[in-house]
Amino acid sequence: MAKVQGAVVVNIEECKGCGLCVVACPHDVLELHKEVNSKGYHYSYMATPNACVGCAHCGVVCPDTCITVYRVKV
Amino acid sequence: MELKDLIKPENLVYDKTSILEDEPMHYCPGCSHGVVHKILAELIGEMGIQEKTIGVAPVGCAVFAYRYLNIDWQEAAHGRAPAVATGIVRLKPDNFVFTYQGDGDLASIGTAEIMHACNRGENILVIFINNGIYGMTGGQMAPTTLEGMVTSTTPTGRNIDLNGYPMKITDLIAQLPGTSYVTRQAVHTAAATLKCKRSLKKAIENVLDKKGTSFVEVVSTCNSGWKMTPVGANQWMEDNMIPYYPLGDLKDSVKGEHKSEN
Repeated sequence: MAKVQGAVVVNIEECKGCGLCVVACPHDVLELHKEVNSKGYHYSYMATPNACVGCAHCGVVCPDTCITVYRVKV
Repeated sequence: MELKDLIKPENLVYDKTSILEDEPMHYCPGCSHGVVHKILAELIGEMGIQEKTIGVAPVGCAVFAYRYLNIDWQEAAHGRAPAVATGIVRLKPDNFVFTYQGDGDLASIGTAEIMHACNRGENILVIFINNGIYGMTGGQMAPTTLEGMVTSTTPTGRNIDLNGYPMKITDLIAQLPGTSYVTRQAVHTAAATLKCKRSLKKAIENVLDKKGTSFVEVVSTCNSGWKMTPVGANQWMEDNMIPYYPLGDLKDSVKGEHKSEN
């Protein structure tokens, strides 16, 4: 269990499913959802939320700035 | 801990900057333009220069940049952004003026303008997006296209005998005495993006200090033009583009001084 707990909120309608956040995540938290948004893109989501440490790597590499990151010490 | 307890304003660590408009970007999924727009917008917000910033947009994919960054913009004819920026900065020397150009715009049709603007040492920032291809018009060969690279106008790969060598225009510009800070960066990983942001910040500071032209090349991907996935394009860029266009500072001095680092 990590000492820091993070959370990623993806703006599903703005996500284009490029997958850059998925490979940028050092803890393999993010994956592309099997469902699609209204534009037809497989949007990114937190597959293993407990592993997130809120490092914001996903937000930094996101070309569409659709990721917001939260972090808290537990 | 429940997610709803975590997602609160006091726990926020990364959010969209207010300089970026809410308009969804028209760029292809995974395009490097979005990342460069974002770090530029973040810097303009952090440095508090939104009111004095004037951008000159090129012809190319970034022609709609005025939709995304909430600053003053001016469109320029293809390749002529440095000439337009020269006019703006000479009339309004206290404003921060930058051009945002691709490789087809800057290294091909606009070679004369960029060379002479940098040689005069105009007090502007030039952001040069080098993805080795004409992205907007359908993936034709650009001066920066690598040897053997397949594009829609070189279906068997770029032939050096026929098309010449890939042009390292940033190396040429670093030789000009008018430039103060010339660097080549990339945005394919989080670490590279943060490093690029630091370089861009230094370039903006140099322009605000009136040290001469600052030039930031960003080696980028065009996954649609390269016919790759966004993740595959980043990997291809790391394996092929970066060995030919090595990252790092090429020059760090002030205008008129010949203290090139290499």
